[in-house]
Amino acid sequence: MLICHRKISMGEATANAPANNSRRTWLITSAAMGGAGAAAVAVPFVSSFQPSERAKAAGAAVEFDVSLLQPGEKVVVEWRGKPVWVMRRTPEQLAALEKLDPQLADPTSVRTAYPTPAYAQNRHRSIKPEILVAVGICTHLGCSPGDKLTPGPQPSLPDDWQGGFLCACHGSTFDVAGRVFKNKPAPDNLEVPPHYYVSETKLLIGEEKSA
Amino acid sequence: MAEFKEISPDAPMAQKALNWVDNRFPLSKLYNEHLGEYYAPKNFNFWYFFGSLALLVLVIQIVTGIFLVMHYKPDAALAFASVEYIMRDVPWGWLIRYMHSTGASAFFVVVYLHMYRGLIYGSYRKPRELVWVFGCAIFLVLMAEAFMGYLLPWGQMSYWGAQVIVNLFSAIPFIGPDLALLIRGDFVVGDATLNRFFAFHVIAVPLVLLGLVVAHIIALHEVGSNNPDGVEIKGPNAPKDANGKPLDGIPFHPYYSVHDILGVTGFLLVFSAIVFFAPELGGYFLEFNNFIPADPLVTPLHIAPVWYFTPFYSMLRAITTEMMFALVAIVLGAAVLAAAKLQLTKALKVAVLGGAVVLVALMLAIDAKFWGVVAMGGAVIILFFLPWLDYSPVRSIRYRPNWNKWLYGIFVINFLILGYLGVLPPSPIGERVSQVGTLFYFGFFLLMPWWSRIGEFKPVPDRVTFKPH
Repeated sequence: MLICHRKISMGEATANAPANNSRRTWLITSAAMGGAGAAAVAVPFVSSFQPSERAKAAGAAVEFDVSLLQPGEKVVVEWRGKPVWVMRRTPEQLAALEKLDPQLADPTSVRTAYPTPAYAQNRHRSIKPEILVAVGICTHLGCSPGDKLTPGPQPSLPDDWQGGFLCACHGSTFDVAGRVFKNKPAPDNLEVPPHYYVSETKLLIGEEKSA
Repeated sequence: MAEFKEISPDAPMAQKALNWVDNRFPLSKLYNEHLGEYYAPKNFNFWYFFGSLALLVLVIQIVTGIFLVMHYKPDAALAFASVEYIMRDVPWGWLIRYMHSTGASAFFVVVYLHMYRGLIYGSYRKPRELVWVFGCAIFLVLMAEAFMGYLLPWGQMSYWGAQVIVNLFSAIPFIGPDLALLIRGDFVVGDATLNRFFAFHVIAVPLVLLGLVVAHIIALHEVGSNNPDGVEIKGPNAPKDANGKPLDGIPFHPYYSVHDILGVTGFLLVFSAIVFFAPELGGYFLEFNNFIPADPLVTPLHIAPVWYFTPFYSMLRAITTEMMFALVAIVLGAAVLAAAKLQLTKALKVAVLGGAVVLVALMLAIDAKFWGVVAMGGAVIILFFLPWLDYSPVRSIRYRPNWNKWLYGIFVINFLILGYLGVLPPSPIGERVSQVGTLFYFGFFLLMPWWSRIGEFKPVPDRVTFKPH
């Protein structure tokens, strides 16, 4: 009760007194220091949201033998938890790519959101013309597009469809080189992961060839 | 501190106990302010059930949620199986889980109806702007809560739904990809994502939600409830009795507490029917693909969010490169019209035109994908501004021009169509329809300052219209 009484009288005294500038300065200084301290404490908490060391370590390269693939066959290899497609395209499929350029958003893979490695910046977007290596995740919102490799009219696809991939989530379409068609939700071609051939048939996904 | 109140030593025990508490905690004061002497207009109709029903569903979700957490494992390797364990092995686990999953959808049904009530009766108008703003914040937080909860069963739809929504953030220029990485905690949605979504879903977001609900109710009780006539019952000119109590108001308890029991009964009838007979509701409340464990390598052929997100999801899909040209034309047209027609100073006119040019430049420079995300977010954010968009001289739809009823009707139908299209796989016709629907949705709000003033308004009565039964 006594303490309470003193507090009230002090409060009244301060309220009626003219503003004390040196007190104000110290008040602002301590508030600023306190704020800076609180912001500094937030850093480790926000940082804890980042991928852990374990998650980063899980991104090691994976190996695949492309001689296992029949023409027209596609397999899914997991790298960093993502589906990586490895597909041996038939000569007809490769020939169809040439006709498509005018219908594509980025036929020569020059956009830089998912930069296409120099060794895949060609029409077939690959090192070996017949072998496609691409991350099977749509550049729109991350669904994995489905195979629509049979040419011809079919639901959700144009009548002059040459074979490729359709993302069922938002309807983006890609040709068999993973190049996205114009006026679709996805802005970019499918990502080509870093990769190189260790030997004639052994493919290493996740690493570039060191010069 | 309030004055210390002494009570007669002969008073009954209960009264003495209450007096003891009241001298230390404002129990009677709180009871009177929020229940016993909170005067609500006497002309409430069935639309006014949904506020208390939202509170009921919140309680159902919290209670069932606590019990689910006792058996659920937030681990990518165990989560799916632990949900099946709840469904098959935990005694009555299926009931608790179905109550929770049905409760999620019920929450949105009730909240959508509650918001629509506010829309048609002008319950967001001065001085109730903050009631509305807190409510919109609740809606936004509820969406986050539902989205994170949907990841927890770790089915295919959980997984790919989260993948799509988290990737929305990566569409933001410059910081997007890093932000998405920060949200996921891994390069793809994984165990780290599941764990943090669990933490958010069961602790962080519910705490925020509860705080907002309290703020919503405090703000409401400060300004008093609106009613179907949009007439103030507590204003300076409103009729009051000798004690200053509004003549058109009745105490919340017992009148509306008992009244709301009718609403609760009706609600529980429907709720139980769904929980017991159709918990999946044909794939709308629980999607069939979510009974398949999450597979990071295979996206289901057709993925769609749960029904309550689909109107906004449709708007996301509607923004294509083609649509951007239409939007650019609209922005330019609107700016020219504003500069020509509105009474603005020269500097302001230049600012409007300059702003439009900058916006158009950005619209052309940044991918349609980003603007789709902006449209989806904007569709929710625009609701916050409703109190400052409506220039109608009256509050309630009852006294607005008749054609307004048609307009609000079309707004609802448009919203339902957008919702339906969001469930369907993409198609060229669906895309066109959703583009028109998106324009209508935004037009409804953005043009409101113009259309809400037009037409012949009916005279607003001095007192609420009420026929005793």
